[in-house]
Amino acid sequence: MSRFKEKKGGTPAISTASLPDIIFMLLFFFMVTTVMRETDLKVKITLPEASETVKLEDKALVDYLYIGPPVSEALGTEPLLQLNDQYAKLDEIDPFVKAGNERRDEVLRPKITRSLKVDKKTAMKIVTDVKQELRKSNALKINYSTAQAR
Amino acid sequence: MLKKRAKQGPGEINAGSMADIAFLLLIFFLVTTTMDTDAGILRLLPPVVEDVETDVVIERNVYVVLINDADQLLVEGQMMDIKGLRDGAKEFMTNPANSLDLPEKHQVTAAECQQKIAEYKAGVASAANENDKQAFQDLLGKWEGKLKAVQLLGEYMELPNSALISLQTGSKTSYDMYVQVQNELEAGIRELRDELAREKFGRKFSELDEKKDEDKDLIKAVRLVYPQRISEAEPVDLTKKKPA
Repeated sequence: MSRFKEKKGGTPAISTASLPDIIFMLLFFFMVTTVMRETDLKVKITLPEASETVKLEDKALVDYLYIGPPVSEALGTEPLLQLNDQYAKLDEIDPFVKAGNERRDEVLRPKITRSLKVDKKTAMKIVTDVKQELRKSNALKINYSTAQAR
Repeated sequence: MLKKRAKQGPGEINAGSMADIAFLLLIFFLVTTTMDTDAGILRLLPPVVEDVETDVVIERNVYVVLINDADQLLVEGQMMDIKGLRDGAKEFMTNPANSLDLPEKHQVTAAECQQKIAEYKAGVASAANENDKQAFQDLLGKWEGKLKAVQLLGEYMELPNSALISLQTGSKTSYDMYVQVQNELEAGIRELRDELAREKFGRKFSELDEKKDEDKDLIKAVRLVYPQRISEAEPVDLTKKKPA
């Protein structure tokens, strides 16, 4: 008799008590791997593709310079330079480099990489100018940021 | 009745919504996360030199790559398609036919290294002031590196010190083209290094690990044979060169 009774009960519900644990595990994974976007891009950038690339290991030692046509069309289509959160002129590169140096420990300063994120349609003039400014500020380690070629 | 309740203590808090809270956070991080690591072509700019010493440039030692405003390539005075640049760079670095237009290579032997090392050791010992001592010390280190390379690779052909790839662009050259050219030159050097490393060590150059002590010397040796010298030259106004 007892056998029949069991069948009527059906399969017991799966315990969901460990569900939070699983979700927490995933959560911690993403919390650890996540890097928040620090700056809002005000220039449109499509990176050029290259195959011989080196990965930048330590994100804490990278400063970014963005060059591309402005997002808002009212500003025209000429490529502009963006540092931190705003458009900048060439003479603002030197203070930018110095501020970057100030933030890091003295020992690490020579290891700072300036990564140039440049739209691929940009004419070289502004890129060359920016490079010259970087040289003058003694920021010699640079990286031409690229997308991985398929 | 009252006593009984006190014994039970406060009721348990329902943890059923814990999963929902965790989910909410999870989704937030899922959305904000960016997994892409920044990758690119690393370059070292030359420091600014106040009074530029005009070194005597030996033409055969410089591989001149010009890109004009229309993204066309002029390599060593000849129009070239970007597809040929990789092999061009490789030919420049190796000079297989000992051509007179390409760098003259010099054979590095163990005997020569030992002789130079002895010479510079004597120099360090007898140096009059700190500056001289440092200069000798640097030279000594250089030749010790060469000796190590000879021990690892056997006698090799060395490029002259002034050999370099010079890349110049017009002001309207597209950045895309510039990066493609950099990429091809880099690829040429990388292929040469890979070939050498595979021949001598049975592994590709890129498979050598800089963090491992036993690989460190191998990497240094291969770099000595095929140095990466792509010059981020002073911007030259290409339009001014043409006589009006």
